[in-house]
Amino acid sequence: MSFTWQTLVDAVGLGAIYALMAVGIGLVFGVLRLVNFAYGQLIMAGAFALAVASERGWSVWVGILLCFGVVIALSLVMEWVVFRPLRTERPAVMLVATFAVAFLMQSVALLWFGALGKTAASLAYLNLPIAIGHVDIRKITIVAIAVAALCLLALVLLLGRTNVGLHMRAAAMDFRTARALGVRANRVITAAVLVSGALAAVVAVMLTVQNPLVNTDFALRDTIIVLAGVVVGGMRKLSSATLGGFAIGFVSGFLGGALPTNQSQYLPSLLFGLVILVLLIRPGGLFARGRGQVERV
Amino acid sequence: MRERALWELLGPAILVALAATLGTAVSSAIQVYFINALVAVAMVGAIYVFVGNSGVLSFGHISFVAIGAWTAGVLTVPPDEKSGIMPNLFPFLLHASVGNLPSLLLAAAAGGVFALIVGLPLMRLSGLAASIATFGVLEITHNLLYFYDRIGPGSSAFSSVPETTGLLQAALGALAVVGVAFLYQRSRFGRMLRATREDPAAAQAVGVSVYRQRLLAFALSGALAGFAGALFIHLLPLTIQDMYLPLTLLTLAMLVVGGSSSLWGAVIGALAVSGLDSLFALAEGGMTIGAWQFALPSGTRIVAVSAVMALVLIVRPSGLTGGREFSLRALRRLALRMQRRGSTRYGPAEM
Repeated sequence: MSFTWQTLVDAVGLGAIYALMAVGIGLVFGVLRLVNFAYGQLIMAGAFALAVASERGWSVWVGILLCFGVVIALSLVMEWVVFRPLRTERPAVMLVATFAVAFLMQSVALLWFGALGKTAASLAYLNLPIAIGHVDIRKITIVAIAVAALCLLALVLLLGRTNVGLHMRAAAMDFRTARALGVRANRVITAAVLVSGALAAVVAVMLTVQNPLVNTDFALRDTIIVLAGVVVGGMRKLSSATLGGFAIGFVSGFLGGALPTNQSQYLPSLLFGLVILVLLIRPGGLFARGRGQVERV
Repeated sequence: MRERALWELLGPAILVALAATLGTAVSSAIQVYFINALVAVAMVGAIYVFVGNSGVLSFGHISFVAIGAWTAGVLTVPPDEKSGIMPNLFPFLLHASVGNLPSLLLAAAAGGVFALIVGLPLMRLSGLAASIATFGVLEITHNLLYFYDRIGPGSSAFSSVPETTGLLQAALGALAVVGVAFLYQRSRFGRMLRATREDPAAAQAVGVSVYRQRLLAFALSGALAGFAGALFIHLLPLTIQDMYLPLTLLTLAMLVVGGSSSLWGAVIGALAVSGLDSLFALAEGGMTIGAWQFALPSGTRIVAVSAVMALVLIVRPSGLTGGREFSLRALRRLALRMQRRGSTRYGPAEM
């Protein structure tokens, strides 16, 4: 294993992006108790929006605006059409339903854009490295870390200082009691879905810089890894879920950079082996405090 | 009571037999769809044994299907072609060769042993942690089978496996899985596991070990999944990509669409979704209905199937069968209701 600062910085960059995805997944889980498998396809849709904008030669800002519009619109539609009718169903049904939605979106994208995918090139200059000391850092890594920090700060303010945030936290803690105390269910859920969608759009922008080739599998692997990370971190609290997302991104990025090439193909095995191990030792979450009421059989 | 229990088996079995009989009446190009549907019944039946009876969602079962397929495939490719298709194979696998039926049974054994080993630690978990851990199993198995080419063809297709899964083998295989699933759910082990599904605390209070019952069902269902994988690999040349996320979604959706807590639901779901899938596949190739001739653009099939699956889940979350077993009484009730609805629609307005 070769260790360099380079790997470390890249790992932090990936961890930052995964942390944002974890927040997006964790927010919706908090109010709906729903694991949204289709989150990756929201990011994919945003990436396609960026790619279309860049192929038509529109300016970067128009592309980003389009990306936000598409992703937020899609997440609201998803909430109305899928989440709302299934709100009271068993978690298994909800999970399989989001699974189906994920494949629906993927296959629509396949039909629409074809198997070869599109290229989102307008932000590619951010992928160039700058040298700090002896370490070459790609600009996007710095941007990703900064944007993630800003988003998390904004989120902390939203959750801690606003009424909607207070309602969201209350709903996440105990939805029924919160409703009895005057929290409006639909409004709180819509707010959570909205913020979660906006985060997906942010992630879409940053992932397309790192990987400009957008096809229908875009962000699928990342979502699977983040979902595992979120559960490993501890789903019951947003902070532990976020930490879980960051941790799995960091570990994934670090191992990917540090393993020799002939072994890095087994990275997924190693990563998910670790995930299973952590789940066995701490089924309630790595960063969850206390043992809680985790069921073990 | 006895008779009702028998119909729990006869309902699904007759349906499978009907599908197979229908399959003999069509051209061989269309027969493939029937064979596919029957293999799907075997897979979904296998998943049902664990997921249906325990109520715990597993994303890992397609990895048992893959293990079964790999076992049966490696053992039945003719020895003189093995080094061509799988150049890096372990020497002892290079010379091992068995017939069709032993390959099916060995695949079941491999799937069962693998599920047992995986289940030993994993069955301690429940809820989301269990789902994600089984997902991990799928990822790891897929990753290893894709890159580790000493035990199979790695990322290339598993060609030259004798294509013995015709209509007969698929139908018998599906029936075997349905039969085992039925015997299991009527056994005391099956009943104990179902008790833990309904109320874990109460089941534990009467002395049922949730862990042990789940583990048993997991291993049995892994064995059936391995068997189904062997049927699958004897059907057509596959790659490991054919036994990954899309198949996981498809089989789970079949189970949930049919109604995950009954064997009847598993069989109905598998046949209904396969039927729909096949119809759209045919429509993509171009078909004629009456004077109307059309061909759908390729790719519409996955769109339509996943849309219908999502729709069924939204409109009828407990599945087409509502999770109930097949029974004559329910059938009679349904017929009666249909009749009544018909008579109010067309009969004199009394109300």
